[in-house]
Amino acid sequence: MNARLLPLVATLVIFLVAYAICYAQYPVMLSTRVIGNLLTDNAFLGIVAVGMTFVIISGGIDLSVGSVIAFSGVFIAVMLRDTALHPMAVFAMLLVLTTLFGAAMGATIHLLEMPPFIVTLAGMFLARGMAYVLSIDAVPITHDFYDQMQSMYWLMPGKGRLTLIGGLMLVVFIVGIGLAHRTRFGMNVYAVGGGANTAALMGVPLGRTTTAIYAFSGLLAGIAGIVFSIYTSAGYSLATVGVELDAIAAVVIGGTLLTGGSGFVAGTLIGVLIMGLIQTYIIFDGTLSSWWTKILIGMLLFAFIVLQKGLVWTTGKKRAAGG
Amino acid sequence: MPQSDASQPLLRARGVRKIFPGTIALDGVDFSLEAGEVHALLGENGAGKSTLIKCLTGAYRRDGGDILLEGEIINPKGTIDAQAYGIGTVYQEVNLLPNLTIAENLSLGHQPTRFGMISVRDMNRRAREVLANYDLSVDVTRNLGSCSVAVQQVIAIARAVTLSGKVLILDEPTASLDSHEVGMLFDVIRSLKQRGLGIVFISHFLDQIFEISDRLTVLRNGRLVGTETTSDIDRLRLVNLMLGRELEEEIRPHGKDHTATGEPRFSFTGFGRKGSIAPFDLAIHSGEVVGVAGLLGSGRTETAEVLFGVSHHDSGVASRGEGTDLHLKSPRDAIAAGFGFCPEDRKTDGVIADLTVRENIALALQARIGWMRRIPDREQRAMANDYIRKLDIRTPDAEKPVGLLSGGNQQKVMLARWLATNPSFLILDEPTRGIDVGAHAEIIRLIEDLCAQGMSLLVISSELDELVAYSHRVIVVRDRHHVAELVGNEITTDNMVSAIAAPEKETVI
Ligand SMILES: Nc1ncnc2c1ncn2[C@@H]1O[C@H](COP(=O)(O)OP(=O)(O)OP(=O)(O)O)[C@@H](O)[C@H]1O
Ligand SMILES: [Mg+2]
Repeated sequence: MNARLLPLVATLVIFLVAYAICYAQYPVMLSTRVIGNLLTDNAFLGIVAVGMTFVIISGGIDLSVGSVIAFSGVFIAVMLRDTALHPMAVFAMLLVLTTLFGAAMGATIHLLEMPPFIVTLAGMFLARGMAYVLSIDAVPITHDFYDQMQSMYWLMPGKGRLTLIGGLMLVVFIVGIGLAHRTRFGMNVYAVGGGANTAALMGVPLGRTTTAIYAFSGLLAGIAGIVFSIYTSAGYSLATVGVELDAIAAVVIGGTLLTGGSGFVAGTLIGVLIMGLIQTYIIFDGTLSSWWTKILIGMLLFAFIVLQKGLVWTTGKKRAAGG
Repeated sequence: MPQSDASQPLLRARGVRKIFPGTIALDGVDFSLEAGEVHALLGENGAGKSTLIKCLTGAYRRDGGDILLEGEIINPKGTIDAQAYGIGTVYQEVNLLPNLTIAENLSLGHQPTRFGMISVRDMNRRAREVLANYDLSVDVTRNLGSCSVAVQQVIAIARAVTLSGKVLILDEPTASLDSHEVGMLFDVIRSLKQRGLGIVFISHFLDQIFEISDRLTVLRNGRLVGTETTSDIDRLRLVNLMLGRELEEEIRPHGKDHTATGEPRFSFTGFGRKGSIAPFDLAIHSGEVVGVAGLLGSGRTETAEVLFGVSHHDSGVASRGEGTDLHLKSPRDAIAAGFGFCPEDRKTDGVIADLTVRENIALALQARIGWMRRIPDREQRAMANDYIRKLDIRTPDAEKPVGLLSGGNQQKVMLARWLATNPSFLILDEPTRGIDVGAHAEIIRLIEDLCAQGMSLLVISSELDELVAYSHRVIVVRDRHHVAELVGNEITTDNMVSAIAAPEKETVI
């Protein structure tokens, strides 16, 4: 088997085993109702994680997304409160803004040859600060259009509800998978992750690709912000602190190498679902502290990092033997 | 011969200058390439060959001069532009991505698309078609990183060929190929030449230059020495042009008076590792050069790696002198036992590009005496300058980062690093690969001097003439077995070839 599929397979196996354990204790976990909730509750995380997957495959990191989600929520809430604009118009403005924000970070990383970690860390503070400037307090969103969106769902067999935002997440994943494997942009992302200098010598436009990667991550953070505002009906500048780290965790558990160059968007979906599943199990159990979620995710992450090291090591050996 | 414009050369460089801090890499170089010719570019290590290529393709911004394609001034801003002009290049550094599949590497940047989406099936089919021209049947969906260096090199060439509509530039493409693969590459070059492409070919193998090129241009220290028709020039004059002086003798065959007698310095019995090299016996005497011959992938490098502890031996014992056992579980143990190893692939195992020449040279010695006892700067500098002189390393000074030296000079820095530790047993894997004729003779002389001083050496080389020149014994490796050992007068190129080839010639990829 192709060695680069191994982390993906490992993720899938862990997911299935975890689900089997849950199902053995709580058969209701297999119902479409639980699955529907799993998708809805993790919709915003899944959407940012898609962008994060591209960033990490390219060998970078984007720490700004959690703050951008919070900013988006506050921006929408304030605009809807203070102006008569239709939410769709507000969404459009927001997405332009967050995409440009991402593009600016990407361009900075490329032009100034700065580490992505530093640039997006600055972006994180900047976006969070902007959210505070708009409003320190939580701003509720009351709009008919929001009520409509919240009540939209598709009734799955077994009475489960696939909500608008859950569905949107699945669409984003499908688009992400296509973009990663079936477009030149996607190939360039893998190429940059495999070695930026080599990629440049092979004719990959480094500047354009880097800018596009972070712009895409910014766009998805904006969409996640919209989804989060639909999910909570409010905008709050203190919301979604640390979501960037959850997204990174989901990406790594999904089998993407933190060193860049290798990974799958589909794996990230499974990563998000594993994290959601752990949370659901703890809610079902009722006696466990919710901190157990963090502990389990921490252990999983650790296991995956060890797996990745092992994989890099064995493929390195094989290569040496082939020479 | 199709020619776009009879009066204009296909590609022309006029007065190209390139200045790096501390070095004038190119000083007003003129170069012209006709359609339908193979034009060799020659010069010592650091002469500026790779730099000229990079200026032509826009990978470096030049500091002066013009580039003309079919008479029009062009200004490629980078590889993408150059590709758009129909100029395909294989740079000296291996330039493909190990994390992508073979097919993805071949098609990066110009994948077949349908409605904007890459068609994976078409991409793989095309890749198979392309590689069929090179007699290479590999699974194109495999990750490139899992292929041998030789296969990667063939793929890099194949990629450049598909991208070159008008000009193909190959910077030392044959360095890691065996003769069969070189033959195949030359067939491809000849057929491209028929189609009217202009081909620039850089190599330090003079035989290959004489075989394939129509004209040649020689550079020395960043200046143009001259352009000649290959058939009008002989080997001696060419070497003179490159070096600017007479080369005493290219390779001086060596008096085989030394016979290894007495106690071996190190002996290995039943040494081996499953899957990489079958168990072998080897005794190394002091002042002896043991040559290792064999095809790429035959187990030559694996022999060296097992001896040095890079990969763990799983059978056999090693001992020093009469019988004190040696534990060789890691390179650290090997270094402590007085071994040194200069590996083949300097890009991945070798020099540390960001460290200076001095630091790279001091590295192994420092590791040997321990990091707690720092070698004083003055000593490091003296040592570095000593080797820069001895090995003729072309660098403005010892404080230049190694990554900025030319490929061949990086190789010499590696060699200096191991010599500095003054090992009693030195393993050299392809020490002369990518090294110019002058330095080549220098290194062979050095090998002889070292062994005269009592050092033991194990030298792996694809150049059989070279092995004949300095080896006291030659081990022939085939299919991961040590199959023959030649001593004294038995060491001839013919004997080695027949031992390598028997029972029948097969290509190992
Ligand atoms: N990026 C760089 N920065 C500074 N100096 C450089 C750089 N690249 C090359 N040089 C210097 O320019 C000179 C020419 O180097 P170049 O790589 O063109 O040599 P070459 O003819 O290709 O040699 P080789 O046969 O060893 O590959 C060398 O002195 C080298 O040290
Ligand atoms: Mg060079």
